[in-house]
Amino acid sequence: MWRRILALVRKEFLALLKDPKSRLVLVVPPLVQLLVFGYAATFDLRQVPIAVLDEDRSAASRELLAAFGAGTTFVKVAELGSAAEIAPLVDRRRVLAVIRVGPRFADDLLSGRPAPVQVVIDGRNSNTAMVALGYVRSTVERFNAGWRASRGLAAPPARLEMRAWFNPNLESRWFFIPGIVGMLTLVVTMLVTALTVAREREQGTFDQLLVTPLRPGEILLGKALPGFVIGILQATLIMVVARAWFGVPFLGSLAAFYAGLALFLLSGVGAGLLISSLSATQQQGLLGAFLFMVPAVILSGFATPIANMPEAVQLVTYADPLRYFLIVLRRVFLEGAGFALVADQLWPMAVIGAVTMSLASWLFRHRMY
Amino acid sequence: MSAARGGSAMRLRGLLRKEFLQIVRDPSSIAIAFLMPVFLLALFGYGVSLDAEDVPIALVQDAPSRDGADFLASLRGTPSFAPRDAASMAEAERLLREGTVSGIVRVPADFPRRLREASGAPVQVVVSGVDANTARLVQGYVEGAWGNWLAARAARQGQEAATPVDLQPRTWFNGELRSRNYLVPGLVAIIMTLIGALLTALVMAREWERGTMEALMVTPASMTEVLLGKLGAYFVLGTGGMLLSVAMAVWLFEVPLRGSFWVLWACSSLFLLAALGMGLTISTLARSQFVAGQVAIIATFLPAFLLSGFIFDIGAMPPVVQAITHVVVARYFVAIVQTLFLAGDVWAVIVPNAAALAIMAAAFLAITWRKSRKRLD
Repeated sequence: MWRRILALVRKEFLALLKDPKSRLVLVVPPLVQLLVFGYAATFDLRQVPIAVLDEDRSAASRELLAAFGAGTTFVKVAELGSAAEIAPLVDRRRVLAVIRVGPRFADDLLSGRPAPVQVVIDGRNSNTAMVALGYVRSTVERFNAGWRASRGLAAPPARLEMRAWFNPNLESRWFFIPGIVGMLTLVVTMLVTALTVAREREQGTFDQLLVTPLRPGEILLGKALPGFVIGILQATLIMVVARAWFGVPFLGSLAAFYAGLALFLLSGVGAGLLISSLSATQQQGLLGAFLFMVPAVILSGFATPIANMPEAVQLVTYADPLRYFLIVLRRVFLEGAGFALVADQLWPMAVIGAVTMSLASWLFRHRMY
Repeated sequence: MSAARGGSAMRLRGLLRKEFLQIVRDPSSIAIAFLMPVFLLALFGYGVSLDAEDVPIALVQDAPSRDGADFLASLRGTPSFAPRDAASMAEAERLLREGTVSGIVRVPADFPRRLREASGAPVQVVVSGVDANTARLVQGYVEGAWGNWLAARAARQGQEAATPVDLQPRTWFNGELRSRNYLVPGLVAIIMTLIGALLTALVMAREWERGTMEALMVTPASMTEVLLGKLGAYFVLGTGGMLLSVAMAVWLFEVPLRGSFWVLWACSSLFLLAALGMGLTISTLARSQFVAGQVAIIATFLPAFLLSGFIFDIGAMPPVVQAITHVVVARYFVAIVQTLFLAGDVWAVIVPNAAALAIMAAAFLAITWRKSRKRLD
């Protein structure tokens, strides 16, 4: 029996790797994509373009605005002369924010009244707007602290001491790169599995396979193993690059990582083969791959937290293997989790894998054209 | 001459008819064009949000006091938090480690005493930094509550709050900062990228693989006409899907459409041409459905998702990656729809992006046309 399966695995690998275009597709894109996406996926802003409008032109207002010029957080694109210039700049997305200091700023400040400073923010991308507003706020907060200290004013009676666990500088890249490892692994399993059975169906070779001594379970194994092997190799490579190149800490246990990876591949390969065995043509296989992959990524909590979704959509995410794998990855990478802390994420993937695999195997035999 | 042109029109009509018949025969194309946008947009429109509400946090008082309870009360009233009391810091840390809460606010035992000292009383805020974005939001919410508490306390004591500079934010275009308002137009762009590519990624490869391309070659129809027939048929399907998506964005998700519908229509058409052209290019270059399918999976979804500015700001990326985003078709359309929906007809944004779409569409179609002219090999 093993000889037969091995022969089939060999044939599947040949079918995947024989075509140089196909070979290229499997090896080059994941690495390139990790590098590009790793740099692209961040909510941290650099060099936020701003404009300033100083209607006061006092020493105090200059001091405040100078605080925005220092450092690399902001880039001062323009100094405006009047409020009418604000709208064109913001509309055209030349600047993300405009800091406007009113004409009575120094008077208010020196007489101890709260001195208002307006900040106009482009809210088209509300998340960027909120992050930028946070940067503006902490710059003003620093100015306030300095002002109080230099004038001998009383500090506020209570102050906040902020600390962040697992990611002290709150680098959002640390959150996204483990997620990219999961996403690219999913894409690879889809590439290898979603079209294989459909292609054989379309070309008629699947019927030939069914009349060989191979049992459906053995065919399933032969079709699943290449995806599994390629998935393990690529995920390992991607994980090493994530750690060595991007410096994302890997604090947890390798055993927990590979247990999660193996079960995730089981469910991913199972879903791919199920899609493939449901499709009569490769066009349908491709459609099925997208219909599975796109929701799996968008609802996995990769970029937008699952906790923000409405209840009904949260229920849908329980069927998404990537959801569990992402939690495993983040816990293993950042929180230093061992086996015990990820166990509750492992069994759902095993269930999804078992269900999809057995359905696919059943369909091999019972769906004929 | 006119007879030749009349013949061409007739041939084109025949080819269009053939494409439509093929589409009707395999309903998966119709499903792609009409069901997929509805299904995906409904799921994601509701599911994708960056607005954190009812964030679970743990409140800890080392020693119960009136001042401490007064401060923590400022965190209880807001819709941002779903607070729960923890008996000790150890318990709160356990909750944070398990992921049951996203943050801890701890009032130390000496809080009432130090409140009256010049240096001020510290309040500890601990967040889980794994999801850095949510962590920042939590910190921001706590800061907001803290500021309100300070002001209310000062007012009670008959003083003015001692804030030298008082920041007054004005958010344009999206006053309540509803993330759905920018995510839904972006989703339309992403979904239509997928649909455009999916519709066409296999069609040329299929004709080559099945040998029907050679059959088409012996007919009087020129390659240009064959391509136009395919493009026309799928363009009609794609336009239908696009209209459905826009209707859902406006009426179901109540995203304001501040720009003109006709500008949106024109830009969508350019975008569809580019997306369909990309699919045709993949299909033509790959020549086998299997490879074309693989390339479509790799080249369409993730780049459109991550590099289009749909969720990650392109301005925040390093220059090299910013340069790479210029080859992503969805990038230009995301910029156009975000502006058209939320800001209006800002020509300075629309014209350059629409021009880029036109150039990309022309480039893709030119590649397809050139590569398809090659005769049997």
